[in-house]
Amino acid sequence: MKTRKPIALVEVKEFLFKKLLLLSGLTAIALLVGLFFTLLFKSSLSIHKTGFSFLYQSTWDPVKEVFGAFPFLLGTMITSLLALIISIPFSFGLSIFLGEYLKEGIGRSILNGTLDLLAGIPSIIYGFWGLFVLVPVIRNFESSIGVTAHGVGILSSSIVLALMIIPYSASISREVISLVPSDLKEAALSLGATPFEVIIKVILPYAKSGIFAGVLMSFGRAISETMAVTMLIGNSNKIPTSVFSPANTLASVLANEFAEASEAVYLSSLIELALILFFVTAIFSFLGRLIIKKWMVAQ
Amino acid sequence: MINKKFKKILKNGTVLSLLMLSLVGCGKSDKVTELQGAGATFPYPLYSKMFDAYHKEFGPKINYQSIGSGGGIRQLKNKTVDFGASDAFMSNKALKESGNNILHIPICLGAVAILYNLPGVSQLKLTPDVLAGIFLGNISKWNDSSIQQINPGVKLPDLRIVSVHRSDGSGTTFIFTDYLSKISKPWLDKVGRGKSINWPDGLGGKGNAGVAGIVQQTPGAIGYIGHIYAVQNKMAVASLRNKSGKYIEPSLEAVAKAANTTIPNDTRASITDTSAKYGYPISGFTWILSYKEQNFNSRSIKQAQETKKLLEWMIGDGQRFAEPLLYAPLTPSVVKKAQKIIESITYSGKAL
Repeated sequence: MKTRKPIALVEVKEFLFKKLLLLSGLTAIALLVGLFFTLLFKSSLSIHKTGFSFLYQSTWDPVKEVFGAFPFLLGTMITSLLALIISIPFSFGLSIFLGEYLKEGIGRSILNGTLDLLAGIPSIIYGFWGLFVLVPVIRNFESSIGVTAHGVGILSSSIVLALMIIPYSASISREVISLVPSDLKEAALSLGATPFEVIIKVILPYAKSGIFAGVLMSFGRAISETMAVTMLIGNSNKIPTSVFSPANTLASVLANEFAEASEAVYLSSLIELALILFFVTAIFSFLGRLIIKKWMVAQ
Repeated sequence: MINKKFKKILKNGTVLSLLMLSLVGCGKSDKVTELQGAGATFPYPLYSKMFDAYHKEFGPKINYQSIGSGGGIRQLKNKTVDFGASDAFMSNKALKESGNNILHIPICLGAVAILYNLPGVSQLKLTPDVLAGIFLGNISKWNDSSIQQINPGVKLPDLRIVSVHRSDGSGTTFIFTDYLSKISKPWLDKVGRGKSINWPDGLGGKGNAGVAGIVQQTPGAIGYIGHIYAVQNKMAVASLRNKSGKYIEPSLEAVAKAANTTIPNDTRASITDTSAKYGYPISGFTWILSYKEQNFNSRSIKQAQETKKLLEWMIGDGQRFAEPLLYAPLTPSVVKKAQKIIESITYSGKAL
């Protein structure tokens, strides 16, 4: 009799605890669904009015109320992809250096601390640095190769974006690489593999899904980065013709125009941009998960 | 162990929710001595100075959120604020949609200055046609004969013109494009006026600082910025030919003088391309927006009275704060019109 009561109490507590956890899980889902439906509901006016042409129309004219998101969609994809391409060699090199070569000592702590700090710097500071340091350099470069020397544009914003995402992908890849079992590495070394061969033939195949996850996470960040890009991209609503052209991204149009938009259709079109951004992010996150799963199974 | 923690969490939670409840309670009981406003960012430095002085002198606290003119109008339409503020007046259509119940009360004037970056050139004159030509992308070199003609004696370089505009929606852009729409038929047909527009050419910078940054860094650039920003940063700006043929540099006097022209009784008027002889042509009012019928959203009569009193003070005694902060104050004739508008405010149909 004496022991029964506490057990019942424990069961109740366990039950409550489980429900509490379930609740927090459901909250996250509710948040996502709620966000989606809010965006959908608020953009319904624009969806109704412009339909699918919103996605491929290339004119964005709030005065004449013609709204097409294609230049921004294109601008977002180009800047993010370019940033990713620029960042991969650096973040990759950094993560191998930290995961394999610099395993202890003060150098490692300094480098790790630097990466964490870089990841935490507000994007407006990257933007300012880009505007006052990088842009003049790019402008000189542009005039030396004979293209219109704007300075601001896709290239400038992609370089700064790359700098911003390197700490992210590097720190994730670093963790994954340091998780590779030392048995495997030692076995390879004992068979006469050089450290370089160990990296290429053992570490990379083992860690590739994790590294890819890091790359995808940083891609997500590049897509939705707002402040620094807005300051550096030149904010032109035309379809870019080269990497030196000024352009615009979904996030920067939102940041630029949302505060002053008062007409219903205009506001609704801006929210539809947010909906597209939501979809783009969701699609990449989904694709990433799919690929990671495939690779995990292959192992 | 878990039990203890759980209890602790519960306890903390209770304390927290009680605290929040009491905070909510506080907010409600003080409602009368507090007014809420939201809107334009351009007059924010002036408004915050005015509201601070008003609070010290008369008591009521005024919370003003500078979320942008568009946001101010939205909040006023949703009736979540006592007054809104905007740099662009509402169109007839927009007024009609909101029930023809919104008043525009002018508070001060602002202007848009033309900033340029031409190595070796310290004075630049522009005509309306040339300005429109540059921003349309039709004039592409600084040594174009049309610019050289109006600047005799100035050695204009063989540089490509880069026009720079605001990328964010802004009252500054509205005044500037309103001006271009008045003086250039091609601009009106092709582009038009608005807080955000489809720019035919050039680069966009975020905020006054963004535009100024790009212009100052790019030889050959030309852009428009708020006059106050140009003065504060001691930037060289172009003088512009006005309707009477005089080249005017923006200054507080020249901006205030721009209002010496016929203005309708509801003050919803653009004074760009003013006919005033010495007025600077890219000037405009900034307005407080308020409901004519103040009994909405179960507001008390006290609140309506406080709103009216504040507005009267802003166009009266409050005007003394404008000039030190580089805003052009209202001219006496405009103040008279504004007084009439404020007098028309009612509560449940009766004058206050």
